[in-house]
Amino acid sequence: MSFHANIPRRWSTDDLPQPSVAIRSAAASIWNPINGLLEWFGELGMFIWQVLRSTFRRPFEGLELIRQLDEVGSKSLPMVAMAGAAIGAVLALESRHSLVQFGAKSLLPAAVIFSIIHETGPVITGLVVCGRVGAGIGAELGSMKVTEQIDAIEASGVNPYKLLAFTRILACIVMLPLLTLAADFCGIITGWIANTAAEPIAFYKFIHAGFAGTGFSDFLAPTFRTMVFGLIIGVIACFQGMRSQGGTEGVGRSATSAVVLSSLFVMLADVILVKLILVFFP
Amino acid sequence: MIRTDPAVPPPQTKRSEIRVKQSSARPDNAQQSGAGLAMQVQGLHKSYGEQKVLNGLDLTVGSGQTVAVLGRSGTGKSVLLRLIVGLQKPDAGTIQIQGQEITNANLEEMNEIRKKMGFLFQHAALYDSLTVEENIAFPLRRHTEMTAAQRSERVKDLLASVGMEADLNKMPSDISGGMQKRVGLARALALEPDILLLDEPTAGLDPITSGEIDELILKLQEEREVASIVVTHDLHSAKTIADRIVLLHEGNAVIEGTYEELEKSTDEFVVEFFKRDS
Repeated sequence: MSFHANIPRRWSTDDLPQPSVAIRSAAASIWNPINGLLEWFGELGMFIWQVLRSTFRRPFEGLELIRQLDEVGSKSLPMVAMAGAAIGAVLALESRHSLVQFGAKSLLPAAVIFSIIHETGPVITGLVVCGRVGAGIGAELGSMKVTEQIDAIEASGVNPYKLLAFTRILACIVMLPLLTLAADFCGIITGWIANTAAEPIAFYKFIHAGFAGTGFSDFLAPTFRTMVFGLIIGVIACFQGMRSQGGTEGVGRSATSAVVLSSLFVMLADVILVKLILVFFP
Repeated sequence: MIRTDPAVPPPQTKRSEIRVKQSSARPDNAQQSGAGLAMQVQGLHKSYGEQKVLNGLDLTVGSGQTVAVLGRSGTGKSVLLRLIVGLQKPDAGTIQIQGQEITNANLEEMNEIRKKMGFLFQHAALYDSLTVEENIAFPLRRHTEMTAAQRSERVKDLLASVGMEADLNKMPSDISGGMQKRVGLARALALEPDILLLDEPTAGLDPITSGEIDELILKLQEEREVASIVVTHDLHSAKTIADRIVLLHEGNAVIEGTYEELEKSTDEFVVEFFKRDS
């Protein structure tokens, strides 16, 4: 047995990270995420360009568009309606408590309806569609990508950007305002039911009082704002799906990132659009 | 490198009554220098980062000829097919399809060229939301002016030719891997292409199914006389279906010839490849 076996090695300056290596490592840790972000935006720009240049060329993929309108619209309707209904009831219950305290109970219908058509209806619809449709598109296109189905479409002389991406994006843009109307309607109905449960009020009186101070522009601008949400959801979900790689794990990542990123961008767009709407429709 | 004469006299390929819609797109640089050749690949380079996959590959395929491309995994066999069908762009080199240079073709031009090609993917790549019938009808619906009845008839004929006429309404997930390959082959043949690109048509299949697929490819060669590139690891299959075999190593063809010529080769890599297979 060696006599020196258990003697610890002396500490030396070699054990410290070399300055150049440390600086390089720190720079990389700052630069890599920035580089990744720039790369993502660059690829997104190229994807949008590919979709745009395929948009106005024949054939126009009418059948696939109808299928996607059904997929995005009718199949999201129950969930959007339920979310709108829940929000309407909650708003009525919460607002009632506060308004009664300030002696402004008569403002309750206006508060509920204004809140629903201005903000909660569009945003809730956007976020619900982000979850349901964003995940669906991300997973479907991701799965098609990793199993070479998108390559097979391309190899057969068909433009996948038009067949798969454009139709889904257009379906999202068209259906979001319609789904928002459904959410608004359900929210107003359950708002009235919740209000009536506490203190009965005729439906026509509720509606009359609620829309008394509301103009057409109050309704139109927020509802059509959701077309931008639809554009964001469609573009992000299709982009994340079509750049999917790495087997089933990659498909999962695409679906998750489609939901997370589209929700994030919808909320960001909401802030910007609210400001723009206030400027153009004061 | 051993090289046999690649250009065999072009047979009179008969196109049936299927009329594929043609757009006005045609590469400006369409050349007729490659007359008699279905495909000509010259000095093809492709890298992924630091990894060189193809390193100046030359390959010619005459009309009606079948060339099997063999080689170890990762030597760029599938990449070669993807470059030929335009799914990826080469770093350098030229690819001519029936005399037309495609490396600089735009999307419309490329789509016109793709209508002349049938591609069987390694895992068939059937559209999983469509039935077997709809999968095969997909290119017909997109590129021909056939009526629904004519399409249906054509699909039935194609499925009969691959022995799957009974599985018309099944979903791809309801059929086996071998059956998916057959459907993929039927889909690749739907537009009666002049060129077939087959990526490992017998990979992962049992010997009997592999033999059936080989017989099917031979039958198609006899009936339609298409030019084919078959990427495979299966030496026996290559021997059965190919007029010539190209062995890839480190991104280039180390040897090219008939099976018998390759078998007699004294090249170390070729000998090792054949020894391992036997």
